[in-house]
Amino acid sequence: MKINRFWSWLALFFGILYFALPLIGTLEFSLRMRRGEYSLDAYRVVLGDPRFQATFSYSVAMAVATIIVGVLLVVPTAYWVQLKLRRWRPIIEFITLLPLVIPPIVIVFGYIRLYNTSSFLPLTGSAWGTNLLLMFGYVVLALPYMYRAVDTGLRAIDVRTLTEAAESLGAGWLTIMTRVILPNVLVAVLSGAFLTFAIVIGEFVLAALLNRPAFGPYLQLVGANRAYEPAALAVIAFSITWVCMGLIQLVTRFQKHTFAKR
Amino acid sequence: MAYLEINDLQKDFAGLRVVKNFNLSVERGEFISFLGPSGCGKTTTLRMIAGFEAPSSGMIRIDGRDVVDLKPNQRNIGMVFQAYALFPNMTVDQNVAFGLKVAGRPKAEIDATVKEMLGLIKLDHLGSRYPFQLSGGQQQRVALARALAIKPKVLLLDEPLSALDAKIRVSLREEIRAIQNKLGITTIYVTHDQEEALSMSDRIVVMNEGRAEQIGAPFDIYNRPATRFVASFVGTLNLLRAVVADPTHGMVEIGRAKIDLGRQLPERKAGDPISVALRPEAVSLAAADGRSARLEGKVRDVSFLGSVIRVNVDVGGDRISLDTFNTPSTPPPVVGETAAVNFAPEDVLILDA
Repeated sequence: MKINRFWSWLALFFGILYFALPLIGTLEFSLRMRRGEYSLDAYRVVLGDPRFQATFSYSVAMAVATIIVGVLLVVPTAYWVQLKLRRWRPIIEFITLLPLVIPPIVIVFGYIRLYNTSSFLPLTGSAWGTNLLLMFGYVVLALPYMYRAVDTGLRAIDVRTLTEAAESLGAGWLTIMTRVILPNVLVAVLSGAFLTFAIVIGEFVLAALLNRPAFGPYLQLVGANRAYEPAALAVIAFSITWVCMGLIQLVTRFQKHTFAKR
Repeated sequence: MAYLEINDLQKDFAGLRVVKNFNLSVERGEFISFLGPSGCGKTTTLRMIAGFEAPSSGMIRIDGRDVVDLKPNQRNIGMVFQAYALFPNMTVDQNVAFGLKVAGRPKAEIDATVKEMLGLIKLDHLGSRYPFQLSGGQQQRVALARALAIKPKVLLLDEPLSALDAKIRVSLREEIRAIQNKLGITTIYVTHDQEEALSMSDRIVVMNEGRAEQIGAPFDIYNRPATRFVASFVGTLNLLRAVVADPTHGMVEIGRAKIDLGRQLPERKAGDPISVALRPEAVSLAAADGRSARLEGKVRDVSFLGSVIRVNVDVGGDRISLDTFNTPSTPPPVVGETAAVNFAPEDVLILDA
């Protein structure tokens, strides 16, 4: 028993080392911009760069738009599949998994081919059209995570009976969705939303090939030309992801109607 | 015209007819139970009344209005589900108030109704709790209050007590009946538990294979079952093979014994094989007043159940089960000994063989 525990701890130790060492190394390197001492100079430079502010706010705006469209698309779809189209579930699941097996580069080339200026829907002909295209691209990339999160949330409640109960009390579809279904899968939706946020903030391929001023291409640009700033940017990007993960945990814990008081 | 009228209702699922020519008239304030085994179509019929299933054909009229084309949220029907179906994100108060809020009632009215309904189910002290903080019985009472709060035209209950333990089931069914009586609300209650149906209902619809086999008061359903299915499904029944000896004088032969039923059997002719059915409580080992008919048999099995002793007697190859009270002064029958089974001819049910 004791030996087993020793090996478990050893495996855990190496696991932590495997994940933490590169991060610690990156963090340490990002602090060494000033010769001979640790400083936050690299962070100061990065955060003071107008391009950082522009690209970061652009990506945040795209992430928010992606989340809104993703929720509006995924929640009703997953709800409808759960309620009426159970036989379609494998097909829908397969579709939602496609972005994991089709590389973003293929998706974006498809977009450029389909929506170029000489196509029936010339989205790439204008900045807002390209933004729209990028946002839909992000929705597709986030689909596996968003759908899975929402579907898991919906499976945890008796969607059909709750819907019928609300219907028998006079509620229409909008009331059922907003006051019965959504509040009960809110944690799942938020989990999906935070995952989407983390994906969009760091995404490179779609934004670079559609030539949009997003955070991902900026990260690559700085990485190619500077020494310490890319390390600082990497730490910032990691921190954003971690904050998102932490928020998922937090909202799960604060959903008072699901768990007994501690 | 009846308050709830169902005419020639049918429902097909993938080519299979699960509800067949269902007809029922329910008066205002009546308590009707749909009783039958799993898959007999009782829940499907209830769901068609609620609007969750569309009938393949037929008519459903509530208070003079055809509701078949109305959506469930337009029918003003209260529904209580087996799985409670309380909204987990809402407190008890909010659950009960839900239907009233959807209807856009003023806040003062909502508050008053919620208070009244929670008082009715005796849970007025638990208004701020969430469903997960309540027991199964409490949750189902809240579900009942929520369904009643909207003052529905018809209250539908789909096996509401099935998920509860036996003791709660008994107390809650009495409570449901008392509330229904107090409010005078027209109620349809689906159950496969005959005791529930017999104890609560004004009338019972016994269903089998999508058909209403018999519609009647609990007393009639139990004592005068119209079909063999109803006789065997409702209550325990002893079935004996018999032959009609003389239909005009009501004589039948059970084994070698001839029994005078004291009534004519106009639909039978001499020599027809029939089944003679007797409820356990209509049979006794000791001769009693009015129990003039008598069959000889052998005691096959004796089970001591405390206040009651269950005796199985073999009569010409058929088995009769009967219960006798345990009286300490009288020893129970002994397996293998000859026993006389006594019953009143008018208690005999005649069924097809």
